[in-house]
Formats: sequence, structure tokens, C-alpha cells
Amino acid sequence: MNANDEKWLKAQLRENLPPVSGELERDLWPRMRARLESRPHAVPWWDWALAGAAVVLLLIAPQSILLLFYQI
Amino acid sequence: MAATAQIPEQLERFVQGDADAFEALFRRYQREVFGWIMRIVRDPAAAEELTIETFWRIYRAHARFDPRRSFSAWARRIATNAALDHLKRPPAEVELAHDPPDAAASAADVKLATRQAVEQAFVELSPKLRVAATLALIEEQSYGEIAEALGISQSAVKLRVFRAARQLRTRLKQLGMEP
Repeated sequence: MNANDEKWLKAQLRENLPPVSGELERDLWPRMRARLESRPHAVPWWDWALAGAAVVLLLIAPQSILLLFYQI
Repeated sequence: MAATAQIPEQLERFVQGDADAFEALFRRYQREVFGWIMRIVRDPAAAEELTIETFWRIYRAHARFDPRRSFSAWARRIATNAALDHLKRPPAEVELAHDPPDAAASAADVKLATRQAVEQAFVELSPKLRVAATLALIEEQSYGEIAEALGISQSAVKLRVFRAARQLRTRLKQLGMEP
């Protein structure tokens, strides 16, 4: 691609995809706060997986409850 | 003077997980982050959502931030990654006039077809090339700024812009547009 091609391409891009004005028209903090407040209550998937594994372990080897209590 | 004496107290408190410090940083930088994301995704609704996503990632990563470094540059890097993730999702199809405009077509038709062709060519770029091309060729950001935001070297940015320009040129030629 030569210099003329590059100049032509830039002109096409600027004409057809002009730069955008990035002015934020409202305060996003209320939405951010709502997200912060909603997420901490969600239990991560690995916590569920860990709980499931503990239940399975107890079913297979009930005596392991002592080990679980020790870990807790 | 010790370097730590120059660290804004607000950033220190943010690193320690102080919610008020995070709110203050959010209010201070939300416009800057939104503006940067807008340059990349060019869609106000998506940019708002991605601004929230960026600050959510910032909030989760607070303990990893080094308060001696620029919060603005760190936020911009995270915002760029969030915008890239957004661009990696399947794009909405751009309606294209498949036939090249004929001689009888009005100037408005030709202009619309040209815009659609350019948009289509742009959407077909990979997200990495699209971000580099948008920031360098349309928004005219410096290679240094783009490199910092993408976390790559300036030569890598130049290479991406060159590859994007070459692909755009080829695609536009296929769509009937030549210098």
C-alpha cells in the first residue's frame, strides 16, 4: 500500500466513520452502586462445587466429618 | 521527599478496599473512561455498560493496583480490555447494498452505499486490528497512547495499524471502492 492509498483510506474512514464525541450525559454511579450491592451476595460457583464435594465425601465416607470439622 | 509521601491518600485507601475512595475515583474518572471506550466501540449505550464493567473490574482488582502508578493509565488499560471483549462478541450484521450503485443512483444513495461499505469493511477486521485502526486512523491517538492502553509496544501498534489498513484497502476494493 503506497502513501496515496493510505491518504485515500484515511479520508474514507474519517468521512464515513467520523470521530465520536464521548461526552457522558449522566452520572453512572447509581448503576455502579446497584452492581456493587447485588454482586457480593452471589455465591461463586467454586463455593458451590466445594460444598457439593463435601456432601459427596460425607456420603461416601461418613467418618470424614471429623476431618471436615477440623478444617472448618 | 520519599516517594510514598507523594501518593495520594485516596489511592492508598482505594487499594485497602475503602468504598468511599472507590466512589470518589469512580466519580472523578467515569467521564474519561466513558470517552475512551466510546472511541473504541462508538456506541453510547454499550460504552455506558462497559464503563460500569471497567469499574467493576477495577473494584475487584483494587489490591493489585500500585498507588505509585497512574490510576488513569491503569483504568484505560482495563477499559480497553473490556471494550476488546465487547468487540469479540458476534457483531450485528450491517445491511449492505449488494449491487454497486449504478449511474442513475442519486448522490445520497452513493454516499449511503459508500458508508455501508466502509462500515462493513471495518466490522470484518479482527477486534485487535479494529481497535488499533479506530484509535490511530479515526481518532488520531498517538501510537504511544495506544500502546499503553493495549499493553503492547509501539512497533506492535504500528504493525496492527498497517495490517488493518491493508485489509481495509483490499476489502474496499472488493466492494468497488478505489482511489
